[in-house]
Amino acid sequence: MNIRMLCLTGVLSLAGLSTFPAYADDATTRSARVYDTYCAQCHGANRDGNGINSTAMAVKPRDHTDTKGMGDTPDEELRKAIKSGGGAVNKSVLMPRWDGVLSDAEIDGLVSYLRVVSKSGSK
Amino acid sequence: MRSLSVVFLALLAGLGMADTAMAAGGADVLQQQCSSCHALTKPADASLDRLWERKGPDLYYAGVKFNREWLEAWLQNPTTIRPGGVMYAKAIKASADKTADTIDTGKLTPHVKLGKADSAAAADALMKLGADLNLVQKGAFKNGSPGPMAKMLFSKLRGCSSCHSAKGGDGGRSGPELGDAGSRLQPDFMVAYINNPQKFDPHIWMPTLGLTDADVQKLTGYLLTLKHTEAQ
Repeated sequence: MNIRMLCLTGVLSLAGLSTFPAYADDATTRSARVYDTYCAQCHGANRDGNGINSTAMAVKPRDHTDTKGMGDTPDEELRKAIKSGGGAVNKSVLMPRWDGVLSDAEIDGLVSYLRVVSKSGSK
Repeated sequence: MRSLSVVFLALLAGLGMADTAMAAGGADVLQQQCSSCHALTKPADASLDRLWERKGPDLYYAGVKFNREWLEAWLQNPTTIRPGGVMYAKAIKASADKTADTIDTGKLTPHVKLGKADSAAAADALMKLGADLNLVQKGAFKNGSPGPMAKMLFSKLRGCSSCHSAKGGDGGRSGPELGDAGSRLQPDFMVAYINNPQKFDPHIWMPTLGLTDADVQKLTGYLLTLKHTEAQ
């Protein structure tokens, strides 16, 4: 391998490293758009609970980048919170139910997406 | 002297207007001034992508949504209704230091300002839109007293204020400001929209909460009390 090839390989690896895994595949990209439409208003562009609405809320929205906290929350609870609202999982009622807006497939997609964002495994 | 004043006022009014409506009708004003950003007929595309791409809120049901007097005044002097624009997510500036995201106002486009005659003509034409679409049930608001809990429902129990401000800057920012909702919106529309926002705006980020009719009536009654006064 000559120097030129080596440089090219280095640049490509760097580019690979800087690609956020959230955009790795189509399903994740679609869920990211759903997140940006419905969730980011409160949970934030950085997915860490600091959305534009967060200052107006008595209970701060969940930080979805919290690997430990999200890892301790089973898929079923995440699904239930999105589908039926915070009240359904003994959390803040300020998290609304989304079953009137999102399909089951979209909600499942969000649960998988949250595992990517929080770098936590499915439970 | 009196007739001189009248002439003077008429001249002033003439100078202040950028009206096309002197000869044109309201429908022409809508076509020329509004249709490049607002849907005046129900869009065939009801996708999430369209929600991201549209340049302004849909107006094809304006006649069952707005109050005419409000429209005529607002078109002459547009003020902020949606702090984050028609699609808040496109105007968000992500926080870099764990504080709340902000809205990049540089990404928002100010609303066109119409002259007096154009505004009146546009308001008349807008009020003709949507009555035949069966989106709003006449008499849905039963005109009861909102009761003492209504404000609490809005600000705490049902979470409306997480996204909507009821008084200048106090409240969330992803939904339209409601500080003058009582002047702006028709009560039967409020009932219909709260019950099913997606019926009007497919995929819109306002949740369908499945509220009881009692709650919806109280919330609508409360919103009707919100009006801007001259002093504000």
